[in-house]
Formats: sequence, C-alpha cells, structure tokens
Amino acid sequence: MFPFLRLGPFLLQLPGLALLAGVWLGSSLAEKEAARINVETPHVASLPAAIYNLIFYGLIAGIVGARLTYAARYLSAYLANPLSLFALTPNTLWPGAGLVIGIAVAALYGRRKGLPFRPTLDALAPALAAFMAALGVAHFLSGDAFGAPAYGPGSVALPWAIYLWDDYRHPTQIYETLAALAVLFITLKRPLAQPGEGLNFLLVVALSAAARVFLEAFRGDSVIWAGGFRAAQVIALFVLAASLWLMRVRAQPTTLSAVET
Amino acid sequence: MISHLYKDTRSWNTLMAVVLGLGLLWTFLSRVPPATTTGGAPPPSPREGFSAPDFTLDLLGGGQVTLSQLRGKVVMVNLWASWCPPCRAEMPAIEKVYRTHKDLGLVVLGVNTTFQDTEAEAATFVREFGLTFPIPLDRTGATSNRYQLRGLPTTFFIDRQGVIRSVVIGGPMSEALIQSKVEDLLQQAP
Repeated sequence: MFPFLRLGPFLLQLPGLALLAGVWLGSSLAEKEAARINVETPHVASLPAAIYNLIFYGLIAGIVGARLTYAARYLSAYLANPLSLFALTPNTLWPGAGLVIGIAVAALYGRRKGLPFRPTLDALAPALAAFMAALGVAHFLSGDAFGAPAYGPGSVALPWAIYLWDDYRHPTQIYETLAALAVLFITLKRPLAQPGEGLNFLLVVALSAAARVFLEAFRGDSVIWAGGFRAAQVIALFVLAASLWLMRVRAQPTTLSAVET
Repeated sequence: MISHLYKDTRSWNTLMAVVLGLGLLWTFLSRVPPATTTGGAPPPSPREGFSAPDFTLDLLGGGQVTLSQLRGKVVMVNLWASWCPPCRAEMPAIEKVYRTHKDLGLVVLGVNTTFQDTEAEAATFVREFGLTFPIPLDRTGATSNRYQLRGLPTTFFIDRQGVIRSVVIGGPMSEALIQSKVEDLLQQAP
C-alpha cells in the first residue's frame, strides 16, 4: 500500500494518479479503436476526436458533479465556506453521483454530436477495460477493496497472501488488476466480430461481470445482503446475464430488427 | 473459440446456461456465514470500517486519555506536528468545528507526534492557535506506528461505536470537510 508520495510540502495522492493514468491510457486506446472502426459520422469531422471529447467532457462533468452533489448534501457547511468547493481533496466527492452525472453528460454529448451508438460503445470498450485495470492498481495503492483473511489448513497464511490491515489477506487488488488486464487483452483481440457492432463493448461488460462474480468471494469488504449474499456478486450476476442475453440478441439479425423496431 | 460458440445459437445458449449456473452456484457457496456478520465489533486496524486501535497517552498540561473510554462519543483523532505547514493551516478550522459541536458529543484529540517534535514547540503551537481540545503526546511513536502514520496531518473520524468511518491523509482540511464528516457521525443515535 502506497497511498501517497511526499514531494516537499505536498502529498501526491498515488491512487488518484493511477486513475488519471487509466483515463489517459483508455482515451488513447479509444481513439485508436475509433480510427479502426472508421464509420461514417455526418455530424462530426472525426470519430476519434469526438470520442476523446466525449471521455473528456464526461470526466470533467463527473468530477464537478461529484463535488457539487457532495456540497449539496452538506449545504450549510458549504454555504458558510463556499471556497471549500475548490479544495483539492478527494474526500469531499460523492463518487456514485459523479459517475451518473459523468455518464449522463457523455451520453448527451454523444447524442448532440450524433455519434453512432454501437460504434461508439465499441470504441469505448478497450478504454473501459484499461480503466478497470487502473482501478485495480488504485485499489492496491490505497489499500481499498481489500481481501478476506487468507489462511489454509492449520491456520497457516497462504503463500500469496499479503499483510494488510493487520491480517494476512487475499491480494484482491492484484486479482482484479490481472483480471482486468486479461479482459483488455481479449478485447484488443476482438474475438467476436469486427468492431462497430457493439459486441466488443458487451464482451468487456460480460467478462468484467464474470470476473467480479468470481473475485468478490475473496473480498473482505463486501456489502452483505440478507442471507449472507454479497451484493456485488448478485448485481454482477444480473449484469452478466443481461450482457450475454444482449449478445445473443445481437447474433440473431431477425430478432435484433424486432427489438429495434 | 469464443467466435465459434457465438456463431452457433445453440452453443451460445449452452454457454450462457453453464456460465450463469456456475455463477449462481459460486455466489451461493461464497455467502458470508451469519456468525461473521453479527459477531460484534470489527477487529482493530487504522482504516475505514475497522475499530480504531486503542491507545492511552499523556496529555499536554497533565492527565491521561484512553481512546476506548470515549466510546459513545464521536471522536476525531488528528495527528500533527508543530513544524508541519498543513497542520498549522487546518488547526483553526478544527478548533472552530470543535467549539461549535462539542456540546453535541464531539471529542477532538489532537495527537502531537512528539517523537518527531518537542513538547515545548507543541505547547507554543497550542497557545498560538488557542486550542481548547485535549492534546495527547505520542512520545514514543507507538500510537503513530499503530495508526500506520504515513504523512502529516492525518485525521481519523471515529463513530460512537469506536469504528473508523473516514480517514483523511494530508491536508489542510477545509472547515466544510471537517464539518461534513463530523455532522454525519453526530447524527447517528448514541
């Protein structure tokens, strides 16, 4: 765990840097993928540039939205100290709201620019996989998304366990990073079809969901629902089922046209 | 192989059934046993969701404080040193929030990392900022070590059950940040 790097009086937040690196890498991959797809886009001069802008606007809107929604939750505190809105800290963000706002703004941008839906999703597929890998690295650096205690027979710690938060634990951050890199590798191989049909994006979602179903079992910080079920596993299972079903629908042209009409 | 499966609807349906079936089975098998979710307080460790590691320290000006004896109150543990610029910058905001919320059950422990500071400097610092909350002295560094201190200032927001709910590494914290973290915890039932 290396949450920050001290540079003189400044603490450089390494998890945040890892996420930024993921966005940068993802944007580059998305631009390249958009160039490969090479579909007609009557409303924009270049699909790669439009995809880059879509990610950029979504990111900015997500960060600003996360801060504004956090401030709205604690309105009296921010009304008394409005300059706190500009504080350079990740501790006053509402990530869930930021994610929704970022996706909404990116979708609005795409719609306004008339970006083709499925080719755009396919262009974003490697970006999503790269960002998931960066998220794993960020978790490793911050110590978040940590694993459950990892002991074998005789209460002996497993050889690959890491000592974190006062116990030997599954290195779930490494598991999730490796899984995301595998998903990225598969995505770049484009095993299902030529990009542009929306299938590569669905494949990334399906593989990521499958990885989450499997790896969540090793997490030590799962949100637990009734019956002892891990919330993330149940949600990921539904996402996996939905994405596999959508892929099946996409594979059948007649069914697809019925759905589209 | 995937593309071969994908081109054949029947094969794809079989794959879906197998994958989802295995997923369901794995989800069921990896449920968390009820005994581990209702087993009382989480183990101590300096991170969110864990019990705050206990400590007993001498106070600047005399007396002692034990963290576990403050159970039932919202506790903000701020580790600082007099030579640390962000510590200096955030201290007025901490004092202000402490004064406005102490009657609601907020306790601030401004733990001076005395092993890398001096008691005289700490005392001058406290007078300079007019701090009214207790200042425990970590003379040996044992408490900082237990809290895995990696940078100054570092602040832990601890709920009434003694569980760490938020950790802020670095600073200075804004008054709005401190207030938002503290108000969330104070709203919880005693």
